[in-house]
Amino acid sequence: MSLLRYESQLREPLIDGDKTYHDVTEDICRPIEAKPGKLWYVGFYISVALLLFGIYSVYREVAYGIGQWNVNHTVGWGWDITNFVWWIGIGHAGTLISAILLLFRQTWRNGVNRAAEAMTIFAVMCAGQFPIWHMGRVWNGFFVLPYPNTRGPVWPNFASPLMWDVFAISTYFTVSLLFWYSGLIPDFATIRDRAKTKFRKFSYGIVAFGWTGSTKHWQRLESLALVLAGLATPLVLSVHTIVSFDFATSVIPGWHTTIFPPYFVAGAIFSGFAMVQTLLLITRKILGLQAYITLGHIEAMNKVIVLTGSIVGCAYLTELFIAYYSQNQYEAYAFFYTRANFYSSYGWAYFGMMFCNVAAPQIFWFRKMRRNLWVTMFLSIIVNIGMWFERFVIIVTSIYRDYLPSSWPYYYSPSIWEIGFYVGTFGLFFTCYFLFSKYFPVIAIAEIKQILKVSGESYKDKMDKLEEDTVEAFAHATAH
Amino acid sequence: MAKKKFVVGCFDDENVLFPAVKKVRLAGYKIHDVYTPYAVHGLDKAIGLRETSLHTAGFIYGLSGTSIALGGMSWVFVSDWPLNIGGKPHFPFPAFIPITFEATVLLSAVGMMITFCYLCQLAPFVKKHHFHHRATDDKFVMVIECTSKTNVDDLKDFLSNAGASEVNVQDAEANWWIGTYDKEQVLLKDSKPVV
Repeated sequence: MSLLRYESQLREPLIDGDKTYHDVTEDICRPIEAKPGKLWYVGFYISVALLLFGIYSVYREVAYGIGQWNVNHTVGWGWDITNFVWWIGIGHAGTLISAILLLFRQTWRNGVNRAAEAMTIFAVMCAGQFPIWHMGRVWNGFFVLPYPNTRGPVWPNFASPLMWDVFAISTYFTVSLLFWYSGLIPDFATIRDRAKTKFRKFSYGIVAFGWTGSTKHWQRLESLALVLAGLATPLVLSVHTIVSFDFATSVIPGWHTTIFPPYFVAGAIFSGFAMVQTLLLITRKILGLQAYITLGHIEAMNKVIVLTGSIVGCAYLTELFIAYYSQNQYEAYAFFYTRANFYSSYGWAYFGMMFCNVAAPQIFWFRKMRRNLWVTMFLSIIVNIGMWFERFVIIVTSIYRDYLPSSWPYYYSPSIWEIGFYVGTFGLFFTCYFLFSKYFPVIAIAEIKQILKVSGESYKDKMDKLEEDTVEAFAHATAH
Repeated sequence: MAKKKFVVGCFDDENVLFPAVKKVRLAGYKIHDVYTPYAVHGLDKAIGLRETSLHTAGFIYGLSGTSIALGGMSWVFVSDWPLNIGGKPHFPFPAFIPITFEATVLLSAVGMMITFCYLCQLAPFVKKHHFHHRATDDKFVMVIECTSKTNVDDLKDFLSNAGASEVNVQDAEANWWIGTYDKEQVLLKDSKPVV
């Protein structure tokens, strides 16, 4: 028996069942080539309805002004920026899976990266809406772009974190889109080459860019993917760092802390993985992809959730400790009066956040729970609610009691159009996701084929014959 | 562009393909290309392709992003329109780092993608000759270019013996944009071994 092993004898297979390369193509292309089921239509129409409600809410805000929202003098950011930070955070898991796990050679990413990356792009699209419409006079939105204008020229303030955000988020969106699309090209070509209808052949032919599968092209694509992963890794960390700078560089107690960047990044990955779980658990069931998104994948992601959830928990406790230890009365007021206090107006949000983000995910220390689909589904939703609370706590509880007691507002709660805007971004997100699951290969076909023989269940035995050769014989046959 | 004659051999398994590639190159045939459904690691070296320089291009694009962002912001803040923002310095270098970083990443990624598409001749509405419609599904398609000296029947037999499950001859216009392969393909007997 040779020392060379194609398959790890210890690791769980990443592709279940007896699959050939052709089976992989068939399984993943089937939902694209078949008519969608009833559930798809129901889900799609609900999403479009939510989207339309969101569009109407935004119309109200643009037509009648920002007064349509209940944001007021101290709580200027309210739901809008809470939702912005929440959506941006959701996006982070996709890039983590596609870029950071590629650099760490985690092959389990190949089964989930396509859908996760799509989720990133849609989440960033949703996130981008909030600062744009929060401008009020949105028709002047292009003022944020640095171009020689007729107003002076007055340039934007490049030393402002809000300006950094413009650059960070637009770069993040562009790079994620390019990374995603470069991986999609070969898979579109696969669909094009097996298309039965003329229309499908034509339309997938356009988006496949004339891909042939040439060895040189693969070599360049691999190089491109590796460098883009190398670029996207610091990028994804920088994006949420910069979002946290929006708060951390201010002088508001509760925002002005140096722990924010790592704490925000960990929280982003935490909420993003929860959203990936929610989406993939439904996707794998409806599209019948259980062989490619296995229990092992779900367990791996649950491990990330418990890790990042605990990092976030550490950050919460550190904040509390520093509020006490610094002996700064304003800091202490923000943390012990308005936040960690059952009797304050927003105490419910703080303790809700603590329960959802810190206590609940600890259940994933148990392997049985990590591999239980119902628990995973339930927890993924809990975590996303918790992470929304976190952003709400940070934004609203820090500013509803500012330095001037005369401007302390009454209890801030959103108007119907603020809620409508948020609900509308869910509509946008799920409309995009439903279209994606119908027209795009939700699993990277080529990348699954790449790991089929080293991680496929049936190949543990099939490779035995090859493994019988000695190392020398193998090297002799393939050396060049 | 002129049409050329190619002998096409389809393989079902990469474990058969690798020894076959070696045999074909040792016999002195010129491999035009091998079309595979996924990135087969090591195949580029096996058919004698040089390493791609795409990452170098990416580095240069990134460097230009760094200099454009840093230079642009410094020019705006120091020379074009100096503003007094709370008495802070006109050249606040640490505050320039985030945008400089983002611009570096943006230019590098966009530039690399465009270069990739240009080099691989990829664009919407591009039509290329496909030697086998299952090369993007489960077949490994080796395409050998016929020169004036090639005996086509011998070559077909040779490929069958090397393990090809399907062999045929096709006339095709292969390099219609820039003749990348003509430059890069070096016969094994003329080149130094890579490994």
